[in-house]
Amino acid sequence: MPLPQPSEALNVAPAGPTPSRTSLQGTLARMRARLGTHVLVVGGLCLAIAVILTLLDGNFPKKLLYSLCIGVACTTIVDLTRLAEAWLSDRLRQSRGLPPFDDLNGWRGALPGSVLAVLLGPGAGVWLVELFTRQPAESMLNLGSSSTRIIIAFSVLGTVFAVVVISTMERLSAARAQAEAAQRLAAENQLRLLQSQLEPHMIFNTLANLRVLIGLEPARAQAMLDHLIHFLRATLNASRTEAHPLATEFDRIADYLTLMGVRMGPRLQVQLDLPDALRALPVPPLLLQPLVENAIKHGLEPHVQGGRVTVSARADGAYLVLDVRDTGAGLGRDPAATAGTQFGLSQVRQRLSTLYGQAATLTLQAASDAAGGTLASVRLPTLDPAPPKTP
Amino acid sequence: MPRCLIAEDEPLLAHGLRQELASQWPGLEVAAMVGDGLSAVTQALALRPEICFLDIRMPGCTGLETAQALAEDWPDDAAFPLLVFVTAYDDYALQAFGAQAVDYLVKPVDPPRLAACVARLQKRLAERGSRPAVSGLEQTLDQLRTLLGASAGTVAGSPAGAAQRLAVIQAQVGSLVHLVPVEEVIYFEAADKYVRVVTAEREHLIRTSLKELLPQLDPQTFWQVHRGTVVQARAITSARREESGKVTLTLKGSTDKLTASRLYAHLFKGM
Repeated sequence: MPLPQPSEALNVAPAGPTPSRTSLQGTLARMRARLGTHVLVVGGLCLAIAVILTLLDGNFPKKLLYSLCIGVACTTIVDLTRLAEAWLSDRLRQSRGLPPFDDLNGWRGALPGSVLAVLLGPGAGVWLVELFTRQPAESMLNLGSSSTRIIIAFSVLGTVFAVVVISTMERLSAARAQAEAAQRLAAENQLRLLQSQLEPHMIFNTLANLRVLIGLEPARAQAMLDHLIHFLRATLNASRTEAHPLATEFDRIADYLTLMGVRMGPRLQVQLDLPDALRALPVPPLLLQPLVENAIKHGLEPHVQGGRVTVSARADGAYLVLDVRDTGAGLGRDPAATAGTQFGLSQVRQRLSTLYGQAATLTLQAASDAAGGTLASVRLPTLDPAPPKTP
Repeated sequence: MPRCLIAEDEPLLAHGLRQELASQWPGLEVAAMVGDGLSAVTQALALRPEICFLDIRMPGCTGLETAQALAEDWPDDAAFPLLVFVTAYDDYALQAFGAQAVDYLVKPVDPPRLAACVARLQKRLAERGSRPAVSGLEQTLDQLRTLLGASAGTVAGSPAGAAQRLAVIQAQVGSLVHLVPVEEVIYFEAADKYVRVVTAEREHLIRTSLKELLPQLDPQTFWQVHRGTVVQARAITSARREESGKVTLTLKGSTDKLTASRLYAHLFKGM
């Protein structure tokens, strides 16, 4: 069954909810959820074995008792081994300082469990028989009649078979659940990305401006509409394209800033600096968009006088540095603003780390000169001739 | 002739609203057009229009904060203006105002919707004309309380709003930092970009805004009684209701008298 890899889902952007329960908790929960099936399969199998053996040489009650006791003993051994394995893997993660994680696979313990069940199951089963009948069964070292030996052999093999069947079933369903969760996460992330870019305030305010402009200056309204169309098309395509030239990135930012310029009037000044030598460099599409949006929304919009947004690109050794700078409110004044900013920032960080690993960074700091405001700076190893890794 | 104020930071939208109003309600005079919340407050208090169109998202202070400031500082001898909030996005909090004194418009505003709003405003003004005693302030206050409560609720629900409760106020004077336990604070008062922290012994200035401070205080212990004042409930000895609807508070441990605005007067009533 082709399964989408989880890493593919995470490429889209922000981290989804990470499962924080431990492997032990997860395994216990799954055991509890499947208790009914488990009992039915093992019980049914033991019953079938007892019936078959009774057909051979009679004495159904004895056959049933033995096969049930051995079945229960083997199942218990397998399940205890699974729990022990889950507990061990939790301890192992803990000792490495990793957060608890339920990998949805408590069945790694099934194989050693089955071996243990073959070795210990018969003894434990016979002991159970003794416990129920309150009289000594045939001793383990001297298993009397050959029929008892056959019962034991059948029961053990049957139980192990049941374990293999159930574990395979469960592994498949766990894999399916994992695949579904990954797909859901990918879809959610894509939706969140899209929602953050097609922010309703931005869209409806732009449309409201357009509506007024149509009556006042039809030519300018048309130009504004063209920018809006470019912006929307780029936003909707961004998740489907791996990279586009830096010049295109700057064009899309220009679209957005032109739209904002119509809305904010003289309160917004824009400056875009893209050296010719860097125009063709591939960058992930709309990487800078959230940073430019933050500069407007949290930097300039709350500022009565407005200010300037400068977007610039420069080469720094084997790196490409992209700066988004505003002369607005600056960092840390409004707590609500910081919370809002975080989403855009974490989105950019997530994309950078999926595409470039440790090699790319995003920093946010107060601008160092007298004009004040905030400087967001992205550093990419993109001067490498190889294009960014395919998502 | 009725007059209105338009507070909208996007120039084209302000122009568009003005034009649309001119064609639908030629008798309405636009007394002022402003682009930020603070100017909206000063202009509205100076010009006392009958109607205010307030954009929700504005630089300086939001439309809601503008309405709060107006409700607190509006003179007693003039009728409180009818408020119409304008927003680009259907804020759920505003939907509560379906058919009441305060209306709201969603941008882009289409002419039929604006016509309905105009009709509602004209009806309200006519009612007011026949019964001058009804200023509409009480109703507006109730709505504002709900709105402000609702918007405070959304802030508290956000991750940033789940702020830690503050135990000690750190007030810096030069290189010295005074530590003031919050339970010793009698009241906080906004002063421009600072907050005055008043205790029985002395007062300190801290460089933060009341808006930032508020979520870090226990609302059971510290009551907001004005947009610029938060007082420790245990420090209040008595509250006297004035004719204007405002409430004067006397304090234990301080001779200062505080005023609770009409918006918060409902906090003080006998049990």
